[in-house]
Amino acid sequence: MKRILAVDDSASMRQMVAFTLKSAGFEVAEAADGAIALEMAKKESFSLVLCDVNMPNMDGIALVRALRQLPAYKFTPLLMLTTESGAEKKQEGKQAGATGWLVKPFNPDQLIATVNKVIG
Amino acid sequence: MGIDLARFHQTFFEESFEGLDAMESALLRLSPQTADREAINGIFRAAHSIKGGAATFGFNEVSAFTHLLETLLDEMRAGVRPVGGAEIDVLLRAVDVLRELLHAARDGGSADPAAVQQIGDALTRLLATPAADDGTPPRAAPSAAPPGTWRIRFVPQPQIFTSGNDPLRILRALSQLGELDVCCDTTRLPGLADADPERCYLAWELVLRSACDREAIAEVFAWVEDECELSIEPWRADGDACADTSASARRQAAEAQPLRLIEGGRTTDGAVAEPAARTAQRTESSSIRVATEKIDSLINLVGELVITEAMLQQLARTLDPVMHEKLLAGLALLDRNTRQIQEAVMATRMLPVDFVFSRFPRVVRDLAAKLGKQVRLQTVGEATELDKSVIECIADPLTHLVRNAIDHGIERPAERIAAGKDATGTIRLSAAHQGGHIVIEVADDGRGLDRTRIIAKARERGLAAAETMSDEEVWRLIFEPGFSTAETVTDVSGRGVGMDVVKKNVDALSGTIEVASTAGWGTRITIRLPLTLAILDGMSVRVGDEVFIIPLASVAESLQPSPGQIRSVAGCARVIKLRNEYVPLVSLREIYGVRTGAHDPAHGLVVVLESGGRRIAAVVDELVGQQQVVIKSIESNYRRVPGISGATILGDGRVALITDVAEILRIGSRAQAA
Repeated sequence: MKRILAVDDSASMRQMVAFTLKSAGFEVAEAADGAIALEMAKKESFSLVLCDVNMPNMDGIALVRALRQLPAYKFTPLLMLTTESGAEKKQEGKQAGATGWLVKPFNPDQLIATVNKVIG
Repeated sequence: MGIDLARFHQTFFEESFEGLDAMESALLRLSPQTADREAINGIFRAAHSIKGGAATFGFNEVSAFTHLLETLLDEMRAGVRPVGGAEIDVLLRAVDVLRELLHAARDGGSADPAAVQQIGDALTRLLATPAADDGTPPRAAPSAAPPGTWRIRFVPQPQIFTSGNDPLRILRALSQLGELDVCCDTTRLPGLADADPERCYLAWELVLRSACDREAIAEVFAWVEDECELSIEPWRADGDACADTSASARRQAAEAQPLRLIEGGRTTDGAVAEPAARTAQRTESSSIRVATEKIDSLINLVGELVITEAMLQQLARTLDPVMHEKLLAGLALLDRNTRQIQEAVMATRMLPVDFVFSRFPRVVRDLAAKLGKQVRLQTVGEATELDKSVIECIADPLTHLVRNAIDHGIERPAERIAAGKDATGTIRLSAAHQGGHIVIEVADDGRGLDRTRIIAKARERGLAAAETMSDEEVWRLIFEPGFSTAETVTDVSGRGVGMDVVKKNVDALSGTIEVASTAGWGTRITIRLPLTLAILDGMSVRVGDEVFIIPLASVAESLQPSPGQIRSVAGCARVIKLRNEYVPLVSLREIYGVRTGAHDPAHGLVVVLESGGRRIAAVVDELVGQQQVVIKSIESNYRRVPGISGATILGDGRVALITDVAEILRIGSRAQAA
């Protein structure tokens, strides 16, 4: 089963993402900020990382940059969950090595469609 | 995919109110002189989270209002806007309004529109002053390209893979927009010796026949637009070298991803297929929210229907099958339909067990952090469905088991490493259907139960415990009231409620609980529950003039004993010998105070009941039959009666009581002890 790491400091968003993806048949691990996510990513392997941009401790951009440095995540899809107003964040994220983004608000169907597109 | 977002509302409100509190206290600390960047960042993040959640969960008023707030904060964060007293003041009032809006969204009321308007205006006014920029990028006007055929040239940069993107994925996404014809350009491909497998040397010339507009195509490339050369142009098929509308080419094009080579940029073959009529593949979520009471009343009515149907079946048994052939056929049909309705209605009450499981990642995380342990939570079978009422009753016992596993089971990292284990412990929660039951397991890879300590503790508590007891019997001791082996009572699991409460809860659901444990390797607790509490597969037995229902799941066997099989122990207590095993014998007649019927088991039948790994033989007069019964609560209609878990109405209209097997076992063991 494909494993996904969902990173968001908002518990409700995280739960929604995790629940949606689990019901679509993925295995999902959750992390509440970038630092936790990075530690988890080092210990376990994930086929996809979904991360919020604005987070305490380590934000999404820094997480993407750090993950890309790890040999195991050199080619792994890393998606940012961003708001529409964050156009420059998208660019910043892309430069850090993000694969793409999903614009908030999104509904479960959109999330599943995007994830399936990337690792389905 | 019908995921009801409402389930996340509770969490969303909780965290939003927390966020507001944090914003408020940070704003109060913020003064124009000490505009701490990190503090503003924190306030911004809170607003940002609320906005994101509100938009996702459909609280548009909240998200629209928070957007203004967030924009202002974003400017302050970026240093574009000074943090003045006026700004702080407006922000604080905005927090108040937001709190009111959230309350209104949660409780269904409405916030004071005047206040919303006033603060909204104040925010807008602030934003309208020169430093302002609403942060929204100008939206490109939708291009009005006519539907038809598009020619796309896609030349990814060699390092495209290192952003996690894959051209194949893009081609696949394009093929979903319409009929795609793919020509691969291999001219950039170097010799094998020079090729780096991590680089992309291929380019593509694509022809897409689709009614979609340019934006839809550009959207597919959105993630890679800065990592490739891309041109998207409308293209008419006639007069182009790439077009070949012959039948054979059309067939080829219809096949999955036909590949043609372009040599030196010249197309050697190409095809354009007829556009396929594509139906919209979006699956709209089609669920409605219904009050639980409505479903419960429906279930109740179906219960009545089942009883009426059983009554008709019973009456029909006396009819001549030849004379009433059609009536009987109709009844058979009614029987099938009733069953189907019953199943369908029960299914509406079914919820995935994830409703309970989803709370555990948080529980585990918080608790592990508090105890300085590292714990990983695995959940399996979250989609397994069971009755809503069962889910509600199982949540607390499961939480207790998980807390116990972290507190007592999983060792500290140092201890684990010393034992040669992964520093991070694993707790595995799983759910699965097994026959008419759901089996939920809580397993940990911790230190396992300590046999010697449990026996010592049990003796200390005055419980009967011997060294010779089997592991299974020892583990069962932990379910005894007041039993707790934790050396220090922690505020985590030592709250005076122990495993006995868990067991009681499971018993109340007519479930069973089992423990398996290996020292050093971990503990597994298995809970087996009926799928629903409304219907029961029962065996009806006659005792004197009364009929009782015994849950079929608890019936191990039934037999007519020979006189030699029954022995008296210590004068009064009786046992029955079943294949080299002595099972205590009780009379349902005595337990329920029925005045008629057989007292001597030699004249009656014995039903062997099993619950929680223990067995007892009950003497009855007759086995009447096996049937599904609709459970009616005695407790809510009358009061709790010992030994009785409920009642039902039989086909002939009589009321039959449902035996509480666990209780009979208790009564039996008391009688044996006396």
